[in-house]
Amino acid sequence: MRNFLWLICALHLNVFAAADNIHLDKAPININDAAALQRGARIFVNQCQTCHSLKYMRYDALAKGIKITDEEGKVLDEVVRQNLMFGETKLSSPMLTAMPALAAERWFGVVPPDLSLVARSRGVDWLYTYLRSYYVDSSKAWGVNNLVYDSSAMPHVLENWQGIYVKQGNKLVQAQPGSMSVAEFDAAMADLVNFLNYVSEPVQQQRKFIGVFVILFLSIFTIFAFLLKREYWKDIK
Amino acid sequence: MSMDDLQNSRRQFLTAATTVIGGVGLGLASVPFVGSWLPSARAVSAGAPVEVDLSKIEEGQRITIAWRGKPVFIINRSPQLLSSVAQSTELLRDPNSTSAKQPSYITGPLRSIHERFLIIIGVCTHLGCVPLYKPKTGSIESSWKGGFFCPCHGSKFDMAGRVYKGVPAPTNLEIPPHKYLTDTTLLIGAD
Amino acid sequence: MNKVLGEVVAWIDERYPISDFLKEHLSQYYAPKNFNFWYYFGALAMVVFANQLLTGIWLTMNYVPSAEQAFASVEYIMRDVNYGWLLRYMHSTGASFFFIVIYCHIFRGLLYGSYKKPRELVWLIGSSLFLLLMAEAFFGYLLPWGNMSFWGAQVITSLFGAVPFIGEWLVTFIRGDYNVSGVTLNRFFALHVVAVPLAIAGLVFMHILTLHNVGSNNPDGVDIKKHKDAQGKPLDGIAFHPYYTLKDLVALGVFFILFFSVVFFVPTVGGFFLEAPNFDPADALKTPEHIVPVWYMTPYYAILRAIPDKLMGVIAMFASVMLIFFMPWLDKSPVRSMRYRGPISRFMLVSFVISFFALGYLGVKEPTATRTLAARFFTVVYFAYFFLMPWYSRVDVTKTVPDRIRT
Repeated sequence: MRNFLWLICALHLNVFAAADNIHLDKAPININDAAALQRGARIFVNQCQTCHSLKYMRYDALAKGIKITDEEGKVLDEVVRQNLMFGETKLSSPMLTAMPALAAERWFGVVPPDLSLVARSRGVDWLYTYLRSYYVDSSKAWGVNNLVYDSSAMPHVLENWQGIYVKQGNKLVQAQPGSMSVAEFDAAMADLVNFLNYVSEPVQQQRKFIGVFVILFLSIFTIFAFLLKREYWKDIK
Repeated sequence: MSMDDLQNSRRQFLTAATTVIGGVGLGLASVPFVGSWLPSARAVSAGAPVEVDLSKIEEGQRITIAWRGKPVFIINRSPQLLSSVAQSTELLRDPNSTSAKQPSYITGPLRSIHERFLIIIGVCTHLGCVPLYKPKTGSIESSWKGGFFCPCHGSKFDMAGRVYKGVPAPTNLEIPPHKYLTDTTLLIGAD
Repeated sequence: MNKVLGEVVAWIDERYPISDFLKEHLSQYYAPKNFNFWYYFGALAMVVFANQLLTGIWLTMNYVPSAEQAFASVEYIMRDVNYGWLLRYMHSTGASFFFIVIYCHIFRGLLYGSYKKPRELVWLIGSSLFLLLMAEAFFGYLLPWGNMSFWGAQVITSLFGAVPFIGEWLVTFIRGDYNVSGVTLNRFFALHVVAVPLAIAGLVFMHILTLHNVGSNNPDGVDIKKHKDAQGKPLDGIAFHPYYTLKDLVALGVFFILFFSVVFFVPTVGGFFLEAPNFDPADALKTPEHIVPVWYMTPYYAILRAIPDKLMGVIAMFASVMLIFFMPWLDKSPVRSMRYRGPISRFMLVSFVISFFALGYLGVKEPTATRTLAARFFTVVYFAYFFLMPWYSRVDVTKTVPDRIRT
């Protein structure tokens, strides 16, 4: 029991760095860019939702948040159904995956985790770097490994887009190009991570907006409170 | 004004100003607490309009659809049940539905858009029990021509959901907002 | 308006002396006129407590204390409940700010000898409140049922296994199960929402009552009750209301600006207020890469880790908290305030504060050979502050304490 405890304590990893202290690229996040969020949503639905769910995100809530709405703010049901939904009928249903958990566990060894909060648990920089760090490794089940997440059970799903990379020393070098250039792929991954960041906390933009007014109000209050205090404290010698 | 008066009025002003701003602050601070009691986004989402296929409902049959957690009765009124509506007027508390909760497009004694189908919320206007559908003539009492009977305290409603006199329920059964998407498809919960 | 109010108060006064109560504790409670920055934190602590109570109650309206639904219910609050996210962030930020405020509040006591006679009882109640606050934070942290919640509870409850003879049984008893589970969650919920808050509320009431009975200390440690005017009012005292109520109001404004800046702009504080692994649901089969308690417990955690023996480590950790209780009897100085104490006392207090911060930092980081050495060194410094106090507080030089408060 004691050994177990010390083993846990000895498991070292800085809360915010990747394994082996891999340098994490800064993810270009912009929570105000609705167009980018919509692009990211489309990438997720088409490339990721086969295995990964976003069970805390409902389609109608997403549509409202990333502005798939008309001028009055009403959700464009048909646009959502045609571009983002496969098989679900109700817009109020959560964004689940069609892959059965049991089958997934048999195929991958682990159930592909729900990604609703991954941007908060792993961080956007980690995600952005991870998605661009796959390389050829014949010793692994899928023939690939990842610089950021060693022995990841996830295959290189976006190989067609990114191309094939090999590891040379500590760096990755492209061995075969994909359908996207490096800049295009990086931009696509930025959109995807931006989207996942939105899903992890949809209220972000609104939170900061309200915050400005709250601090402003509190400042005015504090100024008046101070003037009042100073006025009464003139009594004290 | 003397120095004292000036100081006093300055104190009064600052006290008043700070109190007002503080009061506004408290009011604003209560918004999240009070606001969190309103239906959540999930409740609103789940309360979205419901589509119903009317083609399979037989004459005289009643189906029940859940909308916003409440039972909505859809009754395909046979000609006999329809005629019973005109016959019960003197027994009713509010035959013209003046104080009934219903959308503005519901008019007339039959209380429906298409006279065949009665769309009604199956919640007794007395204390909220679900009334029983009793279409059979003479089933509740000898003069009964069809309608709804609430088993909790004995309230009675006719085949248009209008409340009888002399029963505890005060008003006619409520009609939800609804519209026909086609002749056989009904959308409950939207106008 | 005022006339009506006056009549209502008169009606109550005939039945319960409310006016006397308000005079005794507010408008005629004479507090020393030289309160400084360190004297804000008691009032601020009450405000934070009120915040935790209010936001906590409101969270309970939507939170589900079961292993299956807890995590999802928190996300429901964050995404679907109107302003739920704001209530949640106010509660999580409030927890951390509660500790910042309390640590400053305790420091004031150490700095000005507030624990010395006749305020030992105030101090004992305060120390108990500190223990209760740690328990409250510990119970509360399990409730989101994130992976750090689970493993933090697993590690801390297993510490009780160090108790001789009954250790293993005790751990199972506390958990209510063989591992931390939904059973543990449900009982921690009851303790966190009902039992401990009630205890804290009761003790806070006693804390203030016992303080008001003897009167407040001050940065000079001078007894203001020694010199009163013809009406019995202390010459160096001023009415708490309106002078300190207004001064505290300004402090409240500044405090709220800091507090809400965090709530609205950086609620996670880089993983210190809301830890990243806790956004993963509890997984009994997968430990987070790096288990640390939340920042406010890390100094004590560092002490636990620094000692190479499990039982001794647990004892050292508990001792490091419990020693606070003994301050009134460890301190043999004839003088209250640090302002009139000599260089040894000042050096020891500064060292103590440095060791507290250092241990806190070391508690967050992964243990390496150098860091463990440093943690051991600072643990010695930490304990030296208390254990050597009976000696250095007696032999240290003191300055003459003035009779009246200096302005």
